[in-house]
Amino acid sequence: MILDAKIPAGPLAEKWSKHKFNLKLVNPANKRKYNVIVVGTGLAGASAAASLAELGYNVTAFCFQDSPRRAHSIAAQGGINAAKNYRNDGDSVYRLFYDTIKGGDYRAREGNVYRLAEVSVNIIDQCVAQGVPFAREYGGLLDNRSFGGSQVSRTFYARGQTGQQLLLGAYSALNRQIHEGKVKMYTRTEMLDVVVADGKAQGIITRNLITGAIETHAGHAVLLATGGYGNVFYLSTNAMASNVTAAWRAHKRGAFFANPCYTQIHPTCIPVSGDHQSKLTLMSESLRNDGRVWAPKTPELAQKLRKGELKVTDLKEEDRDYFLERKYPSFGNLVPRDVASRNAKEAVDEGKGVGGSGVAVFLDFAESIARLGEDTVRAKYGNLFDMYMQITDENPYKVPMRIYPAVHYTMGGLWVDYNLSTNVPGLYCLGEANFSDHGANRLGASALMQGLADGYFVIPYTLGDYLATIGPKAIDTNNPAFAQTKKDVTDRIEKLLALRGTKTVDEYHRELGHIMWEYCGMARTEDGLTKAKGLIASLKADFWKNAIVLGENEEFNSSLEKAGRVADFIELGALMVEDALQRKESCGGHFRVESQTEEGEALRDDDNFAYVAAWEYKGEDVPEVLNKEPLVYENVKLTQRSYK
Amino acid sequence: MSTNGNMNLTLKVWRQKNAQSEGSMVTYKADGISPDMSFLEMLDVVNEDLIHKGDDPIHFDHDCREGICGMCSLYINGQPHGPKRAITTCQLHMRSFKDGETITIEPWRAAAFPVVKDLAVDRSAFDRIQQAGGYVSVNTGGVPDANEIAIPKVIADEAFNSATCIGCGACVAACKNASAMLFVSAKISQFALLPQGQPERYSRAQAMVAQMDEEGFGSCTNTGACEAECPKEISLTNIGRMNNDYLSAKLFRQEDVNRG
Repeated sequence: MILDAKIPAGPLAEKWSKHKFNLKLVNPANKRKYNVIVVGTGLAGASAAASLAELGYNVTAFCFQDSPRRAHSIAAQGGINAAKNYRNDGDSVYRLFYDTIKGGDYRAREGNVYRLAEVSVNIIDQCVAQGVPFAREYGGLLDNRSFGGSQVSRTFYARGQTGQQLLLGAYSALNRQIHEGKVKMYTRTEMLDVVVADGKAQGIITRNLITGAIETHAGHAVLLATGGYGNVFYLSTNAMASNVTAAWRAHKRGAFFANPCYTQIHPTCIPVSGDHQSKLTLMSESLRNDGRVWAPKTPELAQKLRKGELKVTDLKEEDRDYFLERKYPSFGNLVPRDVASRNAKEAVDEGKGVGGSGVAVFLDFAESIARLGEDTVRAKYGNLFDMYMQITDENPYKVPMRIYPAVHYTMGGLWVDYNLSTNVPGLYCLGEANFSDHGANRLGASALMQGLADGYFVIPYTLGDYLATIGPKAIDTNNPAFAQTKKDVTDRIEKLLALRGTKTVDEYHRELGHIMWEYCGMARTEDGLTKAKGLIASLKADFWKNAIVLGENEEFNSSLEKAGRVADFIELGALMVEDALQRKESCGGHFRVESQTEEGEALRDDDNFAYVAAWEYKGEDVPEVLNKEPLVYENVKLTQRSYK
Repeated sequence: MSTNGNMNLTLKVWRQKNAQSEGSMVTYKADGISPDMSFLEMLDVVNEDLIHKGDDPIHFDHDCREGICGMCSLYINGQPHGPKRAITTCQLHMRSFKDGETITIEPWRAAAFPVVKDLAVDRSAFDRIQQAGGYVSVNTGGVPDANEIAIPKVIADEAFNSATCIGCGACVAACKNASAMLFVSAKISQFALLPQGQPERYSRAQAMVAQMDEEGFGSCTNTGACEAECPKEISLTNIGRMNNDYLSAKLFRQEDVNRG
């Protein structure tokens, strides 16, 4: 199958404006005759639902949380990038575009990324107009900081709660449209399938999480803004209920899933404290500006520390290995996320891990405290130190912090073209749920930018073109596809509820997480991935035989909710492994041990792998088919990253 | 499952099948709990045991587990979000309790927050209050440059302080009258402080207060329990600000309200 990304021809800087002019418009009087379904109310979903309703379309929006304001965008801390160049420090749309392409290790589309950089400036204007309280300077203008290794200050922020403030802005715009009657909002409602009738997405099937009612909703188009799939690893910085079900169900109805193996692992998270652990907490990577990462020099010393026979503060300087400073003298502790994470894993794998579990390394502020004084360190990082103390009950002013990398973001997702349309007509995908803009590695402060770009400034233009083409005729819900899809959903629920085995769904989820983390995490090998394939296949078979799913459909049933999500994660896990196997190169967050430079860094293979891997579902237990979309670079030169 | 913990606790938990049923307190044992567990992880352990026995797990709302989504909402030993100040339930750890202790866990209690199941309640009243006017009426596109209007840092910071509310409802649960004044006033204040919020300032205050009353929340009697229990330390000053705008709207600003 030929994948057409529909990138407009012409010079990079003119593509989007020309494309906007060429898109068909819907007559204002006709807009109210269209119904648009939006699933998910995070930054991408809420901004899209509000903006489309403002244009005059009827919107039906869905979230599984008890309020649209609780989508996981709310937890983003750091900030949002925009090429405003308010600092006069040399930023520009082109520079933001270039940084993003390079940061993604040359595995994203030029056309998409340039557009993202271009609309970034409008996002900030929009949010300020909504009353988002960004940080300001004494002169009253907006403050900026540099972030994620960028050489310019282009990150706008609202203390450590930027995601929350941006989401509340989008939520307020959504509320206004609910009040106007242009958006019908369904909360505590989960999408369980998409209805594809006559080759087009025309509706969804949902389950009311309180009553269990299975309902059909028809629409001229379906927009999925359902977030990432980091919880396939069980432990991640995602919220507990973040899941892949909507995207995965769409995949099984024909939408291609692109680059599933691209996942981002953030280096400075609080380590796992025991088997009971349910989620991981991230601490801003700004900590690496003053903290020094180290592990004991030998496994014997590490063991003594773990057993409490030796105190960390008594460990002699020559017995400490500041491994990032040793291996990367010019970047030291400030190497990019993927490099820092991989090196911590290596230390642990060599038996040098610390803490009760032995799965952590130190992040030490003793030298900074001696140099700057405790007060200065407190002023810079006080809130992070407090958070660390709250969780670990250890005082990082006195003993080094323990850190370990954690799954944080997924760059892969449903394949979309330049219009954010999947290969199924009428089915669109926005925000983290799609694959499009971050390549193989996302830069800090770029996730919020992409979610809002898609929702506020891309989909309101591109969706109109499709709607104008199909016309405003009412959707025929008598099409047998509606009844059939609904039946498929209820059959699956019955199948799940029939499971009265011996292992809880959480136990399966944890086991899947162990497999994914071990073999498809920070370092991946042909052997390991092959092994994982077998393990996941047996896990899947075992799940459908021995899982315990209690209760019935017609009630608030968390056991059933989880079971459906975990069943989908198991299938996605298998595809991630497949994708990691075929990509025999290292790039960004995907590190294949077989493909590294002499210094042990990620080695790309541009001749053979400069493509998007878009997977096509072919049926239960049939291998998926790999479709390739070649990546063409007309403006940037592909180079090897080095941090020595 | 192995938890490697050494704390043994007794839990008294509110169980209620659904909104229509009567509820009651049920006693559970939570053994082998580690002090490093979060409170919700302790409940996870109890639930895993219940599922293994074929019993319905305890339903409670939770999601981000890092104190920002506002979903978790437990009334622990008579306090919303438990004994520690300025944190949510998901940030509470078991080391805040003693071995052998009995812990009482209830849902938020308020007429405007009906129980959905067990410890989960329906807080959609908060959404409806925001829908009544908690926004600046601007459409996407066509807005001025973000730096067109300078906003003094102290004002922006104060608006931010109001905007940190996570909408969890602890203020309502803490209040003997189940008043929602702290929540509503925080949202009204954020916009009342910023220049962008001025055109609709008085109509917004009226609309949101009217919706709050319609939802059946109680009156404010200035006890301050809401402020003491708020995980984000939202200040009572917001209530003063809201009352001021609401009264101004009633007495002197009817034209603004009609226009807005």
